Amino acid sequence: MANNKVLFRIQRFDPEKDEKPHDQDFDIEILPGATILKTLHRIRAEQDPTLALRYSCGSAICGSCAMKINGHALLACKTQVSECVRDGIVRVAPIGNLKILRDLVVDIEPFWESLGKVNPYLMPEGAAPEKERNQTPAQFGSIDPSTTCILCAACYSDCNALEVDSSFVGPASLAKAHRFIFDSRDAGDQQRLREISERTGVWDCTHCGECSTRCPTETKPLERIEEIRVQAMADGHHGNAGARHALGFRETVGKRGLLDENWLALRSVGFFNLPGLISLMPVGLRMMMRGKMPPLIPHSIDKVDEVKKIFARFEELRK
Amino acid sequence: MKYALYTGCVAKGAGRELLDAVNLVCEKLGIELAEMTDAACCGAGVIGEDNPMVADMLNARTFSLAESQGLDIMNICGTCQGVHRKAQRKLDSDPAYKERVNAELKKDTGREYKGNLKIKQIYEVLLQEVGLEKLREQVVRPLQGLKVAPFYGCYALRPPEVNDLKDPDDPDELEGLIEALGATPVDYAERLKCCGFPIMMMNKDNSLKLAGNAVAGAKDAGADVIVTPCPLCHLNLDSYQPQFASKMGRKLGIPILHIPQLVALAMGFSQAELRTKTHVVRPTGALAAI
Repeated sequence: MANNKVLFRIQRFDPEKDEKPHDQDFDIEILPGATILKTLHRIRAEQDPTLALRYSCGSAICGSCAMKINGHALLACKTQVSECVRDGIVRVAPIGNLKILRDLVVDIEPFWESLGKVNPYLMPEGAAPEKERNQTPAQFGSIDPSTTCILCAACYSDCNALEVDSSFVGPASLAKAHRFIFDSRDAGDQQRLREISERTGVWDCTHCGECSTRCPTETKPLERIEEIRVQAMADGHHGNAGARHALGFRETVGKRGLLDENWLALRSVGFFNLPGLISLMPVGLRMMMRGKMPPLIPHSIDKVDEVKKIFARFEELRK
Repeated sequence: MKYALYTGCVAKGAGRELLDAVNLVCEKLGIELAEMTDAACCGAGVIGEDNPMVADMLNARTFSLAESQGLDIMNICGTCQGVHRKAQRKLDSDPAYKERVNAELKKDTGREYKGNLKIKQIYEVLLQEVGLEKLREQVVRPLQGLKVAPFYGCYALRPPEVNDLKDPDDPDELEGLIEALGATPVDYAERLKCCGFPIMMMNKDNSLKLAGNAVAGAKDAGADVIVTPCPLCHLNLDSYQPQFASKMGRKLGIPILHIPQLVALAMGFSQAELRTKTHVVRPTGALAAI
């Protein structure tokens, strides 16, 4: 058993005593098959009953026990200690992007508030039927992944966009929006798409991929974000920089096979957006001075006609 | 060793110095390159969020072009690499979808993606095919004393299923490469984060904050330079550096190098040959000691 000793380096914080969080080490023998959560329970029982953490079901259903293991958000109840030992150490810390209340417990309120921003309820048309509103299995299939979210906030914790801007609606909320936009019983899809296309919405996601990588279910927020963007583009919600950027790609790649970076920048801010155009000048000038500006007459690839033929069927190929 | 070289758009546009370094390094190592002058943009994840079928057709076409030459693809852009590998996985793991994409592609181009293709980034070719031992033999100017902060770039890391990193949550491949060149890798909290480039046109403030945090993190950890496999990360961290430094009220001045530039420097190529004067933050001072 001595060989199974592991050092748990746990981030501690007592708001009444500590100015800032600090690490505390716990030596503990790891039982075969032990999860991080079970081991934390043992540390509380055998070494320090003051260690604060949030947990409930222990079965990856309630979503309470998300925490950072070796710097990345995971469910403590779903993660084997044996997978996490690095040089004999497992590092445990609270999830990110939320205020720490004590040890591994964070103030989860901003996460709930972000969910509230996407109208997380069905907005059906017409009066309620006598019985339930039915769906076919295929109709449910399109929202099946986004309904699996257990609201654990692992995605929220590791989201790079939220790290610099707490007003961003965040990956879990976008996955929740997806769950209603694509619900055959919901009549609010266009309103939802319009609202979500605005600032702090779907186009503010940086595409860093952390949300889907950390998600312990099949929700995979980034994939849902991509599907929302596809739908917003298809339904003509084009009055925002994200959509204009996508249109710029469509236009230049469809014409030349390659991206025309100069055109893309102008197209994204909008040709009649004077402040936006002026804001491009500093970087444009810097690049020009360094001989770094993309060619003013952009290249085309060889055999560009093949690519033009694909783009000529752009709308047909959406189906 | 011969590859179909997929340059991507940036190495033909705002990051042309990258292509110079790639050509110098590959020639020195005896890696033959056939530039794919007929391959289209990978879509950078953007076309796929407008019309997934069109994005998959463009990439299936690129794959078929390499297959018809009997060559594997070498990418020199982290984003192109991530997008290509993701598209390849989508096609390979769903034969019915692959058949549909191929049927549409045939209508327009007469081409089809068969599925006999490896797609690697240049640094993966250096690590896996050339090998660190052979690379070390080519180092004539060890980058002794140079502290290098690797910035991996999102597309090289996530999703973990589409890269060859041993541990995508805590990779050490770039650190190994940096050490093989004689330099010292610098560990810092932002090395696996987003550079902010994908939202530069949608939310400039957030984009600049992400880039600023990355460069400041590397500087605070003692780095002389940052090195990245992705020319889009390079654009954000380099071209916008004066802007985010002034917003942060800090002097940063950390040069950003493309990986092939760092390799080429250790191989003895000069900064003039690598056209590092095109960088907004010129590395002259940081590289003076080597």
